[in-house]
Amino acid sequence: MMNTFSGMKEQDEDWTLIIKPHSNLFDLQLKEVWRYQDLLFLFVKRDFVAQYKQTILGPLWHFIQPLFTTIMFLVVFNKIANIPTDGIKPILFYMSGIAIWNYFSSCLTATSNTFSANAGIFGKVYFPRLVLPLSIVVSNVVKFGIQFLLLLSLMIYFAFNGEQIHFGLSWLYIPVLIIMMAFMGLGLGIIISSLTTKYRDFTVLLGFAVQLLMYATPIIYPLSFLIGNKYGWLISWNPLTPIVEAFRFALFEQGTFSPVSLMYSAVFIIVVFFFGLVMFNRVERSFMDTV
Amino acid sequence: MSEIVISVESLSKQYRLGTVGTGTLSHDLNRFWHKIRGKDDPYIEVGQENDRTSKGTSDYVWALRDINFEVRQGEVLGIIGRNGAGKSTLLKLLSRTTSPTIGTIKMKGRIASLLEVGTGFHPELSGKENIYLNGAILGMTRQEINSKFNEIVEFAGVERYVNTPVKRYSSGMYVRLAFAVAAYLEPDILIVDEVLAVGDAEFQQRAIGKLKDVSAGQGRTVLFVSHNMGSIAQLCTKGLLLHNGKVASNKNIDIVIEDYLEKNLSITSTYKSLEDNAKNVQVLWAEIVDEDEKPSDNFSNQEDIYIRFEIKNFSNERGMVCSIGLQDQLDRKIFTDQISIEANSGYTTFKVKLHKSIFRPNRFKVSIALHIPNIRLVEVIENALAFELVDSGSEFSLYGKTDNGFMIPPVVWEIEKNNLII
Repeated sequence: MMNTFSGMKEQDEDWTLIIKPHSNLFDLQLKEVWRYQDLLFLFVKRDFVAQYKQTILGPLWHFIQPLFTTIMFLVVFNKIANIPTDGIKPILFYMSGIAIWNYFSSCLTATSNTFSANAGIFGKVYFPRLVLPLSIVVSNVVKFGIQFLLLLSLMIYFAFNGEQIHFGLSWLYIPVLIIMMAFMGLGLGIIISSLTTKYRDFTVLLGFAVQLLMYATPIIYPLSFLIGNKYGWLISWNPLTPIVEAFRFALFEQGTFSPVSLMYSAVFIIVVFFFGLVMFNRVERSFMDTV
Repeated sequence: MSEIVISVESLSKQYRLGTVGTGTLSHDLNRFWHKIRGKDDPYIEVGQENDRTSKGTSDYVWALRDINFEVRQGEVLGIIGRNGAGKSTLLKLLSRTTSPTIGTIKMKGRIASLLEVGTGFHPELSGKENIYLNGAILGMTRQEINSKFNEIVEFAGVERYVNTPVKRYSSGMYVRLAFAVAAYLEPDILIVDEVLAVGDAEFQQRAIGKLKDVSAGQGRTVLFVSHNMGSIAQLCTKGLLLHNGKVASNKNIDIVIEDYLEKNLSITSTYKSLEDNAKNVQVLWAEIVDEDEKPSDNFSNQEDIYIRFEIKNFSNERGMVCSIGLQDQLDRKIFTDQISIEANSGYTTFKVKLHKSIFRPNRFKVSIALHIPNIRLVEVIENALAFELVDSGSEFSLYGKTDNGFMIPPVVWEIEKNNLII
């Protein structure tokens, strides 16, 4: 044994792949993920094509779900509960909130069962596992885009009917905010998916936590509504709050926008995402044994 | 000598038995506690050899223990062993679907594993879409797939169906398409697990031919796992025999197959089953005896061989048949014979005589089955017994291991004509 080993010393660097029990904690192999970009887009395509095969309305379903939710929110929270909407037209207020919230929650819930839902493929073939959650985030961008189109057409409709609608350069911030949301959902999602491989408890937890979290985020009420409220601080410490508020501010130029709190969100996201990556990378090597 | 492309050093994999539950958390915490104090994993020492049949004292077993081997470029390595010997675990480690507990694997070149055909096939997508998706999962880029697309479709023989969702495919078409994608992958190292067990005979031959092409024609390295000694012998140049998670033999393929058969065919001249009251038809015991009714597993070809067994039958079904079959060590059927049984016949003991000197020296396995022909298999005891017929100086003993068939039937030779000058 010793003999072969010393004899091979000099060609040791030639190996293209060395599999060891423990890798460096920060060896994230992002380069490899990049090499598999074709796969990423094929997964996105698969999600889309497969979801609407044999449905009559197809992608129209992306319009229907937010539309009905908006109408429900409008009736319950605006007309019945009388919650103000920061001077934004209520239907647009709710629809914008729902669009960005849906994006976050679908990124989070879909990425959080990466390992358990794909154990079949993962157990049979190796590819960088991160490709799958990334593909989920990308395919949800498309879904968000469709909802955003709906919002946009409503705004155009109102503008033609003589209402004051804001269209401006602030719209350029929207992609940045979406990327922040994406990484937030992805970061939390991969942390949860890493935990669920061994302990399924987290799937149960996530099911209702996402629902509760929506009420702790200014989706059905504006942040300004909480000024002077005893529990207002709770909502403003939610790292999602600044993003949602900034999104509405960029769209309508109304609401609460503070660069400082947005920075807070950004730092939070970077920490969560990096922590998630390290954890995911650690788990992906051997999750097949515990899933 | 060609270059070493895979080098495996003291590779081990430990698994925890039982279920993941509250107990797991305490072990995890204990492991973490050892780790932060810089100590070794406390559970790494407690693993036991992976012998399924005996009850162990530890919850941790070594699915693989201290595996060392090397594979050179262009070699086709057949990995063989009984169920549970660690073959699949080894493949999983090599194809990176799980990571080792101890040890390292070093590889050179692009690796593709084919542990199952059609991994990632989506039933709703068309054949074409699935070729691209499956190809990408296996590590091909879009351009590579583009350039081989036509060949893949042709090899699979599904030209007419490329735009139809694969859920409408026949199962044969599905498998052919999936194998075709993998076959055109062109990796430097290809890892294949019993995928050949599917498809019809013609396709299996094509698949083996393709794999042979890949190794011999293109100088690629193939690792191949199968239970089918026939295809292993056809394809492989080297063999790796695993036994209870350890390497039992790693030499040229014919030697390794020989070793495997020796290990696998535990010669047993008796079979016994506990009486199961839930079953109304059962084989209770069986044994191989010689003329003096003494159990034996070793016969010369001057001895008669007797198979004795008892069956229980409290079934009302008519037309039941009891059959015995003889197979050789490569599972080739030699003959089957049968006797009919009355309904509700109760306990019956049979004694079957196999005449001396009708078989060539070999190892034989005996299977016993109870069935109603063309209707139902009631009970079958595969390889219930085994015995060895030792060559006691037949005229063929001179030729050693060459295959001269199974039987020594009464063949009559006659010289009709013999002239020295025409």
